[in-house]
Amino acid sequence: MTEKYNMPDERGHFGPYGGIFVAETLMPPIQELNEAYQRYLADPEFIAELDADLKYYVGRPSPLYHAERWSRELGGAQIYLKREDLNHTGSHKINNTVGQALLAKRMGKTRIIAETGAGQHGVATATIAARLGLECVVYMGAVDVARQSLNVYRMKLLGATVIAVKSGSKTLKDALNEALRDWVTNVDNTFYIIGTVAGPHPYPAMVRDFQSIIGREAKEQCLEATGRLPDALVACVGGGSNAIGLFYPFIEDKSVKMYGVEAAGDGVATGRHSAPLCAGRPGVLHGNRTYLMCDDDGEIIETHSISAGLDYPGVGPEHAWLKDTGRANYVNITDTEALEGFYALTRMEGIIPALESSHAMAYTMKLAPTMSKDETIIINLSGRGDKDMQTMAKREGIEL
Amino acid sequence: MSRLAAKFEALAKAGRKALIPFVTAGDPRPDFTVPLMHEMVKAGVDVIELGVPFSDPMADGPVIQRASERALAHKMSLRRTLETAIEFRKTDQDTPIVLMGYLNPIEAMGYADFANAAQRADIDGVLTVDLPPEEGLECSALLKARGIDPIFLLAPNSTDERVKKMDAAGSGYIYYVSLKGVTGAGHLNTADVEHKLQQIRANTNLPIAIGFGVKDAATAKTIANIGDGVVIGSALINKIEDNLDDLDLAKQEIITLLASIRQALDN
Repeated sequence: MTEKYNMPDERGHFGPYGGIFVAETLMPPIQELNEAYQRYLADPEFIAELDADLKYYVGRPSPLYHAERWSRELGGAQIYLKREDLNHTGSHKINNTVGQALLAKRMGKTRIIAETGAGQHGVATATIAARLGLECVVYMGAVDVARQSLNVYRMKLLGATVIAVKSGSKTLKDALNEALRDWVTNVDNTFYIIGTVAGPHPYPAMVRDFQSIIGREAKEQCLEATGRLPDALVACVGGGSNAIGLFYPFIEDKSVKMYGVEAAGDGVATGRHSAPLCAGRPGVLHGNRTYLMCDDDGEIIETHSISAGLDYPGVGPEHAWLKDTGRANYVNITDTEALEGFYALTRMEGIIPALESSHAMAYTMKLAPTMSKDETIIINLSGRGDKDMQTMAKREGIEL
Repeated sequence: MSRLAAKFEALAKAGRKALIPFVTAGDPRPDFTVPLMHEMVKAGVDVIELGVPFSDPMADGPVIQRASERALAHKMSLRRTLETAIEFRKTDQDTPIVLMGYLNPIEAMGYADFANAAQRADIDGVLTVDLPPEEGLECSALLKARGIDPIFLLAPNSTDERVKKMDAAGSGYIYYVSLKGVTGAGHLNTADVEHKLQQIRANTNLPIAIGFGVKDAATAKTIANIGDGVVIGSALINKIEDNLDDLDLAKQEIITLLASIRQALDN
């Protein structure tokens, strides 16, 4: 890997990963999107509008919070939380939907579609669609509709149509399939807001660019708070948008270690997990080449995680590249461990994290004690746990 | 000359149109497919598109998705689809077979291993839905070197530039997706198809088979007359799905439909 990081190439490749693997009908709209994206990325008016939305609508910058009590308790590195949970709609997802929706508006698209797992991206999309007066359809696996019913209600309140996808494993990957089918049918007026750093080029790069506000702010805030760069970054990885958002601005800062935390579900050894970087292999799904959970015949394997947002058999192609080059480390955390992370942050700091983000908390509980007190970890607290109250109460045997 | 090129040339000389059924290998059971293929040939089909089941068929509508699911429930795979083709070839050395599916099973096997296996199975063409020429040249070259035609799709929104790209990258025939949508959709507009075909013909001499949304003999005839052949898939698979408890009847209904289309095409 060169000192200067300049990925992807113009055809959307991160080394052997990424690219554009779609049916022919989607090639023209993808080309159109890529051209529009490149144009507006360099348009000061567009950037100014985006910045204003991020400030006044999303509520940025989000704080970098020093979790002093938890750091003391763990007895190692100083832990800082990048508070994406405080954004409007409760997660990092809105950074990207605000950006893509502005793009959709400029491209003259009148209809927005999205896929969602935990519902955070669906809510963030429905939110911005409501604000811009655009029709919005959200595809969500039927299993996820059941386990994230609060978010389903929020999306409906916001005026979106939520379609429960009953094909395949009825989770995030099937929602993505169905959204792609919608897009292919309605390409003329429809903009597909993909919520993660996957899909065909330019999505992985575009979503990364919109999410990298997280890392840019964190870097500045960390320098301000500690006078130096952090020693480690920790973020959960499903598709990998919150992780890449935090990592990207630090890629050239070689002293900063990066840890992407995948969902090990019942444990990687059981096969019931969602950890393609740790236990999968390269393949092609949903428009890009990346690490996947698939069998020897190339059929996609059903994934498992307590958190709907991490329950996905693929991962963004840039993470695949960062893994192969050794720039980032990918680790995994089981459902049980994630719950420990969930309770720890809730009780030590009075912050209830989303189950997705709880994986990053749990890994930090292993990592921090191995580091010294003058070292710093930044965790991306990518979302708040409100949406998981029913899941958690049910686990505790409480009827809400 | 490949079997596909020869077939389309012979059809053109005879002033006939190609009838191309699509069935998913192993749907609803692995032992159903080979006898069905032979029956379809007897009913007058010219080329068989054999679907390779995939867990995430993103360009397909619900009918073909469910066909994949039924086949996968019987552990059908790319490997076993190739075995199906070998079995068929034992008694039919003439009918071209085109594998149609998604890239990941091919990635898992490896491009070179797949190309060799396809050659051993005497496959004539390979259509990989999610492998546009931009990403597909490596795989296409391996196939071409073994006398197998890489077949590419064109769509209603394809530009002249893309038609030229497919003309350069593909061989055998071009599969024209007749509508913006998934397989089995219901909004086929023949006037649009006719208009688009003029643009495509201006940029390629490859034969053009038209599919997506063809449900009956009348539409098939209209569509086939615009192109060089017609592909019919979901309408056949519907017959399987409607008769899962009586597969002889399913087969009979498929043959009856194909025979009626054959007749319509030839009259």
